[in-house]
Amino acid sequence: MTDTADVSDVVAARRLDGNEAAGVLAELFAVDLTEARSRCASCGSTAMLGAHHLYADTPALVLRCPSCTGVVLRFAAQRGRLLLDLRGAQLLVIPVADDGDDPAASAQ
Amino acid sequence: MARAAIQRRLIWRTAEVLENRAETPRVHRLVLDVPDWPGHLPGQHVVARLTAEDGYTAQRSYSLASPPDVPQLHLAVERLDGGEVSPYLTDELRRGDQLELRGPIGGYFVWSAAADRADGEQRPVQLVAGGSGVAPFLAMVDHHQRQGSPTALRLLYSTRTAADVIGRDVLGEETTVALTREHPPGWPGVTGRIDRDVLAHYAFPPAERPRVFVCGSTPFVEFVAATLIDLGHDPSAIRLERYGNSEELK
Amino acid sequence: MAVLSRGFRRARPERDDGRLPPGQYDAGDDFPVLSAGPTPHTALERWDLSIDDATGGLARWSWEEFRALPHERITVDIHCVTTWSKFDTRWEGVALDTLLEHVEADSPYVLASCDGGYTTNVPLEDLVDGRAWVVDTYDGEPLAPEHGGPARLLVPHLYFWKSAKWLRRLSLLEQDEPGFWETFGYHNYGDPWREQRYSDD
Repeated sequence: MTDTADVSDVVAARRLDGNEAAGVLAELFAVDLTEARSRCASCGSTAMLGAHHLYADTPALVLRCPSCTGVVLRFAAQRGRLLLDLRGAQLLVIPVADDGDDPAASAQ
Repeated sequence: MARAAIQRRLIWRTAEVLENRAETPRVHRLVLDVPDWPGHLPGQHVVARLTAEDGYTAQRSYSLASPPDVPQLHLAVERLDGGEVSPYLTDELRRGDQLELRGPIGGYFVWSAAADRADGEQRPVQLVAGGSGVAPFLAMVDHHQRQGSPTALRLLYSTRTAADVIGRDVLGEETTVALTREHPPGWPGVTGRIDRDVLAHYAFPPAERPRVFVCGSTPFVEFVAATLIDLGHDPSAIRLERYGNSEELK
Repeated sequence: MAVLSRGFRRARPERDDGRLPPGQYDAGDDFPVLSAGPTPHTALERWDLSIDDATGGLARWSWEEFRALPHERITVDIHCVTTWSKFDTRWEGVALDTLLEHVEADSPYVLASCDGGYTTNVPLEDLVDGRAWVVDTYDGEPLAPEHGGPARLLVPHLYFWKSAKWLRRLSLLEQDEPGFWETFGYHNYGDPWREQRYSDD
């Protein structure tokens, strides 16, 4: 991988985006949440979960607001249970296809 | 443009290795057969899971480097020194071996010809890749070609040396390669990093309102995004995918 | 029914000198940085460490005052709930016993609060009698921000999430107040030798 900058902040370099959380969240949700819009309970701003800041290498996933860095969502898969804390998301709006058509089929 | 996806519950599917070939000194191309694959959109990724005999498992995410237009799935895996999973995938895996995949994942970082046809506006697409971050863009470029899409598309792709370029079979005139560690005489692309001048020169200008996708390491992605915004691009038109290190997603 | 990956094995070395708690592996020379949020950066001129309780502030040290307190060298093994352990880690810092010397500490519970909003709770008895420190030096160098610098709590006999990074305040409480991970399904106490990782352990 090209290293284009010195990474002085290891944590910032390891931060991912909410897009990467989609696979893990798929354990629980039947819909892809990366295009869901979330209103932050801390600052009120709205952004797609795919654009949120994901801290993925702690014991659980922590998704933070890209505006204020407040915690929006925490998700963990432990032995025998899944945990979800959504207190940081005041409202989630998830787009779904009207007619349920298969997006892969229409891409052919 | 944002076509939603009601996805089916993601299950683990068995993938059989058809081919494992060294594409560059660091990157191997894995070609996989997944008989019950539900299809995907260019830009999506999968989670690969390996299980050792003692039950130990490891998971990693990989972008799909192949478009939905072909039946096999392609992954471009970079061997990370000291990694637990990538050296296994590049050096050990052979034809006939199996691994498990879950996906396709991620409706946020996708581009498809059909979505563009459905959207009235005909905006150009600008892709910016750092190193192995080019993988999802191989799927997009290949798909764009196979579909004969009229959408204007450009890829700006930064990598170390000419020998490190992935996807030579797919990338063509739409692509400008920036070599950061080498200055071959007569190189048609850029030598040096993708900096503000390179972005200003090679990317679609803000006035054309391109949809922008940036993929690579976090420092790369953040620099490119900040610079494009500084050049006048609309932040909401820029989608980012950051490649992390080899720590697994729990 | 998993699909076995021919020839795949874990890359992590085992250890059998009795120092590895159940379910852990030896991280060797690695010191993983795990963070639930962006790295705080507090200027030393604005940094302070305080101890308080329900009645108010009990003690406070500026950075210079903290650095002037008697420091000890500590070599300990540390155990993270994400399963890595690291052996013979070398720190320098001030024992909680020293910080609490002139404080009337008889509340049973402590809540550690940190820059960036992280919190964790520890019983007072687990912080005293030589069991815990506030450390500012790792491996002979000033503690790096990504590892919790300028100063973090060090409680090596509990899982490492209790060794709160970017420590700023210790609150003495009559009632236990679960912290960031303790309110999210992690064990309230966290003894690695009894493998107390999750709240249902």
